[in-house]
Amino acid sequence: MTKLGKTPLYDVHLAAGARMVPFAGFEMPVSYTGLIEEHTAVRERVGLFDASHMGEFIVSGPDTWAYLDRVVTNDCSKLAADGVLYTVMCRENGTVVDDLLVAKIADDRAMVVVNASNIDKDFAYMKALLRGKVELENASDAWALIAVQGPKAHETVKATPMLSTIRAEVDSVLYYRWRSFVVDGERFVVSRTGYTGERGFEIFVPPARARELWGQLMAAGAPFGVVPAGLGARDTLRFEACLCLYGHELDDEATPLEAGLNWLVKLNKPDFVGRAALAAEKERGSRKTLAGFELEGRNIARQGYAVMRGESVVGRVTSGTFAPTLKKSLCLAYVDADSIDAELAIQVRTNTVPARRAPIPFYPSRARE
Amino acid sequence: MDFKNVRFTKDHEWVRLDGGDEVTVGITDFASGELGDIVYVELPKVGAGVSASQSMGTIEAVKTVADLFAPVSGVVSAVNGALEQGPDLVNKDPFGDGWFVRVKMTKRAEFDALMDHAAYQEMIGK
Repeated sequence: MTKLGKTPLYDVHLAAGARMVPFAGFEMPVSYTGLIEEHTAVRERVGLFDASHMGEFIVSGPDTWAYLDRVVTNDCSKLAADGVLYTVMCRENGTVVDDLLVAKIADDRAMVVVNASNIDKDFAYMKALLRGKVELENASDAWALIAVQGPKAHETVKATPMLSTIRAEVDSVLYYRWRSFVVDGERFVVSRTGYTGERGFEIFVPPARARELWGQLMAAGAPFGVVPAGLGARDTLRFEACLCLYGHELDDEATPLEAGLNWLVKLNKPDFVGRAALAAEKERGSRKTLAGFELEGRNIARQGYAVMRGESVVGRVTSGTFAPTLKKSLCLAYVDADSIDAELAIQVRTNTVPARRAPIPFYPSRARE
Repeated sequence: MDFKNVRFTKDHEWVRLDGGDEVTVGITDFASGELGDIVYVELPKVGAGVSASQSMGTIEAVKTVADLFAPVSGVVSAVNGALEQGPDLVNKDPFGDGWFVRVKMTKRAEFDALMDHAAYQEMIGK
């Protein structure tokens, strides 16, 4: 194991009493005061997340969009000048390399935000696909990332002095759009995106300014009850909203169609990597499908637990927990297509616990509100 | 908590000698902190026989699951029913209201062989 990286906010987390864990090569805060408390604060008020471990690539050059449209499954040509796109990139066989955000910075420039655990894999993969007049740069160390999420995220951002340049615009930034501005020669990007199912922003900030911004956001959010929130709450929040997490719902063996991400796969756009395999899968139907389940009782289904149909294993749990907001034991699982409507149970260690299909998302997102 | 009559296991459980051969069992504040928010506790039934180091229950936290091990052999004489509705008591008061079970020991030597408070503190690096 190589030495763990630290985000620019590492000392801030320690000072706040965070419990630190290794995650994707970084020492990250998993919780501060308690996972459920942090989760609830984001649902009801506002929370701050350090997401500086995420990777940022810059794609530039005249062929930027032709290149990206060949690499990812979603349609970049429809992107507004200030637009952000959620997408996956696949292999020729249709399996997912990563899920990512593509932000249009200019007509010849994009920022691509990838999972921390996949930075090296993604960069190598995208590099191998380079074609035409386009350059790819790993700018992950050039950006810290702070997510401000919750019903009071807008008020918090508006009350933050360092972000005063966009104060008047904050309420008009649409979902999946971004604003950028320069302060003291340094660029900030405020994106109306997130990973919680709540309204909010992700703020890309120069690493040297991250601590100052974090401190200002905490102070600005204090009247609204802001809390720092760790990876634990980030996971339970995204789980309730059924947002995929790479390494759980998505991996090197799953396709976006199996994961229920059909809306990300634009078979009608010009050719892209994985198109033929995904078109064929759409034609014949997926072998397995991601579904939500509620367990009887309070046992929790964890990643890797078997989904049982009688004595047969017909699937695997990808994520599960006792959902803090919904107060139910829920899980997401891949299930063989021909068993999806059968009576199923989850093998929780020695107990076979009956599981009922639960509509997904478990928690309807309020991010667009 | 006065730790004079309390022993500890390597599984981060505390075992308090209540008098006679009865002990109360819980998990330490270190363990409850490591597990994070506890949302469900599966306890043995009163009257069940338990064997030292064997699992006698389950502790489900939001992020992870852990076994509750029997620190000593014996018979379960009481369980903390309050944990059914309030499993978070374990996080709030691990050495008090968050206790798990009482056991009537059959082998006192198993209790005597457990760590004292100083040895446990050393084990967790405090």
